[in-house]
Amino acid sequence: MNNLIKGEKHDWEMVIGLEIHAQVKSNSKLFSSSSTKFGSSPNSQVSLVDAAMPGMLPVINKYCVEQAVKTGVGLNAKINNYSVFDRKNYFYADLPQGYQISQYKYPIVGEGKVTIDFKDGTSKDIRIVRLHLEQDAGKSLHDQNPSKTYVDLNRSGVALMEIVSEPDIRTPDEAGMYISKIRSILMYLDTCDGNMQEGSLRADVNISVRKPGDEYGTRCEIKNLNSIKFIKQAINYEAKRQIEILESGGSIEQNTMLFNTSTGKTRPMRNKEEAHDYRYFPDPDLLPLEISKEEIGKIKSSIPELPDELKNKFIETYKLSNYDASVLTAEKQTSDYFNETINSDPELKNHAKIVVNWITSELFSLLNKNNQDLNNSPVSPENLGQLIKLISTNEISGKIAKDVLEDMFSSEKTARQIVDEKGLQQVTDQGEIAKVIDEVIAENPKMVEQYLAGKDKLLGFFVGQAMKLTKGKANPKMLNDILKQKLNKKN
Amino acid sequence: MSKSSLKQTLKDLDTKKISIRELNQDYLKRIKENENLNVFIHFSEENVLKQIDNLEKDNSAKKLKGIPIAIKDLFCTKSMPTTAASKILENFNPTYESFVTQKLLDEGSIFVGKTNLDEFAMGSATNTSFFGNTINPLSQENEPLAPGGSSGGSAAAVAADLCLGATGTDTGGSIRQPASFCGVVGIKPTYGLCSRWGIAAFASSLDQAGIFSHNVEDASILLQSIAGFDQRDSTSAKVDIPNYFEDLDDDLNGKTVGIPKEYSIDGTPMEISQIWEDAIKVLEKKGVKIKNISLPHTKYALPTYYIIAPAEASSNLARYDGVKYGFRSDEIDSLDEMYENTRAQGFGREVKRRILIGTYVLSAGYYDAYYLKAQKVRKLIADDFNKAFKECDFIVTPTAPSAAFPLNEKQNDPIKMYLNDVFTVPASLAGLPGISIPFGKDQNNLPLGIQILGKHFDEQQVFNAAVSLERSYE
Repeated sequence: MNNLIKGEKHDWEMVIGLEIHAQVKSNSKLFSSSSTKFGSSPNSQVSLVDAAMPGMLPVINKYCVEQAVKTGVGLNAKINNYSVFDRKNYFYADLPQGYQISQYKYPIVGEGKVTIDFKDGTSKDIRIVRLHLEQDAGKSLHDQNPSKTYVDLNRSGVALMEIVSEPDIRTPDEAGMYISKIRSILMYLDTCDGNMQEGSLRADVNISVRKPGDEYGTRCEIKNLNSIKFIKQAINYEAKRQIEILESGGSIEQNTMLFNTSTGKTRPMRNKEEAHDYRYFPDPDLLPLEISKEEIGKIKSSIPELPDELKNKFIETYKLSNYDASVLTAEKQTSDYFNETINSDPELKNHAKIVVNWITSELFSLLNKNNQDLNNSPVSPENLGQLIKLISTNEISGKIAKDVLEDMFSSEKTARQIVDEKGLQQVTDQGEIAKVIDEVIAENPKMVEQYLAGKDKLLGFFVGQAMKLTKGKANPKMLNDILKQKLNKKN
Repeated sequence: MSKSSLKQTLKDLDTKKISIRELNQDYLKRIKENENLNVFIHFSEENVLKQIDNLEKDNSAKKLKGIPIAIKDLFCTKSMPTTAASKILENFNPTYESFVTQKLLDEGSIFVGKTNLDEFAMGSATNTSFFGNTINPLSQENEPLAPGGSSGGSAAAVAADLCLGATGTDTGGSIRQPASFCGVVGIKPTYGLCSRWGIAAFASSLDQAGIFSHNVEDASILLQSIAGFDQRDSTSAKVDIPNYFEDLDDDLNGKTVGIPKEYSIDGTPMEISQIWEDAIKVLEKKGVKIKNISLPHTKYALPTYYIIAPAEASSNLARYDGVKYGFRSDEIDSLDEMYENTRAQGFGREVKRRILIGTYVLSAGYYDAYYLKAQKVRKLIADDFNKAFKECDFIVTPTAPSAAFPLNEKQNDPIKMYLNDVFTVPASLAGLPGISIPFGKDQNNLPLGIQILGKHFDEQQVFNAAVSLERSYE
């Protein structure tokens, strides 16, 4: 695959690494018992600890630690028995303590990797450097009052997992696939709700460009991107910006950038000289975090099937392609839906590819069109299974099935109900089909003549006419066979 | 001035020889008579009377029912403002009660007021307070003396008999040194024995609450009340708390005392060496084996402390930024300016000095040379003690290198001031329990203190040795 982009003078390669911030799915915060519920009224979920009142002390939330370990296992990563919480010191209005409790030298999770799958069936490993736990800050609201900034501390102290990748990513698409894959794993594990719109999952992107084979170039970091679309846009813009500078003889300054979602451009937030000295040191209010092998073992054994395992299982059991299987397992709700559909009737196991197609193209496009989610699909897996069974047993044609699905979607009736009510069963009676064909042949003598003279394309015309007469219900294969037979007899 | 002890007062209350009201009115009277000492940052007679009213209506039995206690103004209290002796927390009213003060309230004690201290407990003379100096009650009229610090207000409150006990905090000697200066008993327990929850933090890995009292017995009763595990403090220890008072035993026969040679420092006044020798002699007479020990890293303790404590403080005090509570400067044109002016105007010189030192030793490029190295030395100092305690049951040293000094001496020489902590800091770095008891006087008739250090969570041994020395001295 050619991942190079053309500049004015050279070809360039992007080198990309991601720092993903995933909010830990937990009812309470990392070091306090306040609720983490999204969308509550400002400062309604703030404990004395979250507001950094004098003499208040953090106490680790064990559940968040378990969630991080679980995630580490899901990322095929090394779980560290010993990790340390450090203070990252800086001043900001929505950082009440004047420091963020994070992990610096000794993160809870070490090296790991995830695999991304391409359409052409190939795949690639992206290495993970580490995962560590840290507190989120509050929120500064600058638009509520012309002369004041308001601070909402509801998010202050919420647990985040920062997942840092190696700079193994080479294209915006890979970046998108990587974050999708991470999101998928987190959601399978139920350690993060994956909601990018609400900010539960966001990423900082480190990007540099180089001529193929050269050393890494100087990188810039684009902060706080909260959609895959923006990530790709930001990477594209930033890579172009860097290439233009380099090709005109300039050099890249190591900057921290912000991405403007309305202009699609990046702009510098601060340069290397202005970078904070965070003065990390171990938080003396907290003891080092020690997790025994037994505890890790216990957490490991509680982990559900992950997308890659499930993918391999689907490939093996249903002979699906790598790509189909990876689409199916990208989201837990999809693989769950597939499992329920295919298990709703023993016959369907032999038609796995058809099941995949009906879910990932027909049903998905209907859901998309109606702005709905698979989780609240009006068509249940059992009902879709029933529909596919009707196709596989030749009761209805694939074409009619599409109409039936649309009907199911709006009326929430079963496939069987709709087919019966509307009499959509396929006509498989040879005599009946032959009768219709005779009619068509009798009514179009000229066409028959032309066909017999060698105009093969006209076969479609006869099929169309016959289908029209049967209201589309004739079994297409039988119709074809009988039609050819009868026409050839005329010869 | 004959001061009645906590132990005796509890008896007198129990036998109705005196009522809670009578007792506390006596103390209120003395508090008002001694206002010139500037012991209290917050004192409200009304508040004390209200507490008396409430206790009179309360029929339940409580261990410290009606006992007047003074609280260092570093402990957050619901009923009184909490300032840490800083302008930046002027008029700050906590909505919560610290673990230690809640325990004392649960036992029925009466809080007479919040005592003065060095701003955020940074100092050794109670002269960095935003609310002015506290005067050592032992001062002569024409020459006011420092009460020591940082818990100088609490030490002075006990010395002037304005209460039957007081809480303090000790980070590098802030209980033991003022106890020595004011001629009272002061105990800093093992790090982790008392929860730090609700105490405005100075240096989290060193801060520890403790007690001032008239005598060792009283200290044992009061420490019992404030000790205990607290799940809200991750560094709080899950240990059984013995009944220190019941288990007091002044028979030291067969015990071994360690005498560290490194505590003989050039320039230590003769009188201090003398009381140290006296104490050793007393112990010897009581059948205690004298063991000369070595704590070789002692000389690094002070510089180590003055790296670690400011480092933690620089971070702990970042929360005082004018955003959420406390003082905020009026001169604000930007967020940065709000921080700068609030902190420039809200903090005093000594606090700023330590924030700067702490910020420096943690900064990129200096961290390894200062903070990291200090942590390593701290470990070596702790190891010294661990080794020494294999050979002895407790250690005896002087508490401070001098008696109380004049109020304004050393004011402008931080290094000289820091040297006050030379005997107390090593045990703080090692997290060990230490007590200071009055033991002898200098030529000006000012009290001198002897320090007794024990093994981790062996407060009982510290109390036993202290009570034994105390009884022999009396």
